[in-house]
Amino acid sequence: MLEVTNLSLSVSIQGERVNAVSGVSLKLEPGRVLGLVGESGCGKSLTAQSILRLGEYQGVEKVSGDIQLNGKSLFDMADEELRTVRGGKLAMVFQEPMTALNPVFSIGSQITEVITLHLDLNPQQARDRAISLLEDVGMQDAELLLKQYPDALSGGMRQRVLIAMAMAADPDYIIADEPTTALDVSVQKRIIALLLELQKRRNLGLLLVTHDFGLVAEMCDDVAVMYAGQIVESGSVFEIFNHPSHPYTRALMGCRPEVSESGKALPVIEGQVPPPGHWPAGCHFAERCPLADDACHAPVAADAWQEESHITRCLHVGEGK
Amino acid sequence: MSMLKVKNLNKAFSAGGMFKALAKDKRAVIDTSFDLVASETLAIVGESGSGKSTTARLAMRLLPSDSGRIYWAGDDVTDLGARALRERRSHIQMVFQDPFASLNPRMKIWESVAEGLRVHRPELSKSQRRERVAETLQQCGLDDSGMDRYPHQFSGGQRQRIGIARALIVEPKVLVLDEPVSALDVSVQAQVLNLLKEIQKERNLAYLFISHDLSVVRHIADRVSVMFAGRVVEHGSVTDVFENSSHPYTRALLDARPISHPDERRSDDPVVVVGEGMAESGCAYQPRCSFRQQACASFDGELNKEGCACLYPLSKHG
Repeated sequence: MLEVTNLSLSVSIQGERVNAVSGVSLKLEPGRVLGLVGESGCGKSLTAQSILRLGEYQGVEKVSGDIQLNGKSLFDMADEELRTVRGGKLAMVFQEPMTALNPVFSIGSQITEVITLHLDLNPQQARDRAISLLEDVGMQDAELLLKQYPDALSGGMRQRVLIAMAMAADPDYIIADEPTTALDVSVQKRIIALLLELQKRRNLGLLLVTHDFGLVAEMCDDVAVMYAGQIVESGSVFEIFNHPSHPYTRALMGCRPEVSESGKALPVIEGQVPPPGHWPAGCHFAERCPLADDACHAPVAADAWQEESHITRCLHVGEGK
Repeated sequence: MSMLKVKNLNKAFSAGGMFKALAKDKRAVIDTSFDLVASETLAIVGESGSGKSTTARLAMRLLPSDSGRIYWAGDDVTDLGARALRERRSHIQMVFQDPFASLNPRMKIWESVAEGLRVHRPELSKSQRRERVAETLQQCGLDDSGMDRYPHQFSGGQRQRIGIARALIVEPKVLVLDEPVSALDVSVQAQVLNLLKEIQKERNLAYLFISHDLSVVRHIADRVSVMFAGRVVEHGSVTDVFENSSHPYTRALLDARPISHPDERRSDDPVVVVGEGMAESGCAYQPRCSFRQQACASFDGELNKEGCACLYPLSKHG
């Protein structure tokens, strides 16, 4: 199991360290798809990158909390062990298929590099594995493809190559950060189908980081909604869609044009997301919340309210519409 | 009254490069026509490379067309020279997807917004220009306290409001909106879409709305043209196209829309089997079409009376 417990992260903004993620807990089991959903700046990508401890290269620091893979803390791991875990047990698929591949190396050399880094294979075996991985992600003429360079491929094909690379060492968990955002809708649908097919066939735990509730509806078993560095609500995908109970979740789902009444103005959330460093002392959403009262603005407001597996960080659960 | 009309536009880009003689030109826009009246929103939808942005740039005369005519408020502007064109530019303005890229990072917000005034209203003094900028920003939901700040000090949604103000300041009749909300978060997207609707109502603006997002289009547009491989393959009212699409490509696009609730999940996903690519001759959609027949290989791509470029439209076979 991959478990994030009470994780807080800080970043440096104009020389000052401010918290950008605050007390995030997540649980991902093999065979499950967990959606981490929220708007830009909510800390979802930072959280995801920190699971691979990639944030450290961009000045992200852990303030508190832990990340454990099968009971072992990733923060206790030496660099060498971390390297085998990264790409080995935990792999990542990034958003930008255009920049995640190196333009001056062939597809073949980039895939076999990952394979030989993690598996003890000779060049011929590595090549065979590269071909079978590419066929697994639905690429035709895989042998020919190995000789090609990224610029010869469409966005959808590049994303397939990146997924093949993530699968290179047979990981247990995949973290996919907005894997379809840069793609056309028809291509998007096929990449979703591919990810789900691989996830089921190999019993992967998939953490899907996205801003798109449509993608969550399509792919996820469980959902965690983030707002201003915190998880405000989490539960099964059906719980969250049928009974969203945090005012932010409800508002966010309500302003999607696909569920709005045509001809009417879209419902909006007044104001803006407070940036890291400007979070309120109480509930982070209180300033924009129609249900907020004095208690919500008080420090240490909003303890989690829990019903079975549905957790909501709100003092007013069940009130309002 | 027609505010923006294009007739049979064509544009090909030369393939260029070292082997120019060997490469074929890419036909980006083929025989495209539309007519846009005041207070109306026409959306052009399609995947990347379909020619939707090129069509918009041709209509604005930012790119020269190979053939076809362009009319602004009824006047043929196809052959207008640079100076005459500049004088008429205030008729049609553009809002870009990424407002940050279109704002000069070293210019104060008010200077960026006021730029159009220097060309189109040279008689205004600096204080008059500032006043106009403040008014326009206010209409776009920004208070004038930000006028002397720089673009990086604003959020994505605020920058898009600035981008809209900058287009509106010269009082255009037509706004070309190229994926104006694609880079925004859903909650900010809703604010900007509402703003666009309000402004349209107040000013009777005509919108040419370029987008790949069908949910957004359904919300904001009155009419839709669906483009594929440089051609309009279907056009009609939003209700017709969304509820009664006739072209197999339109249907595939609609089917590929993300679902809005997990209850809508389907295990037998039909879109996965669709091929890629496009045909060089005949109907370009052939390689992906599950309804294709022999005659499609020699189809000229012309729209029928119902506004659908297909020999075997879906509504006909139920």
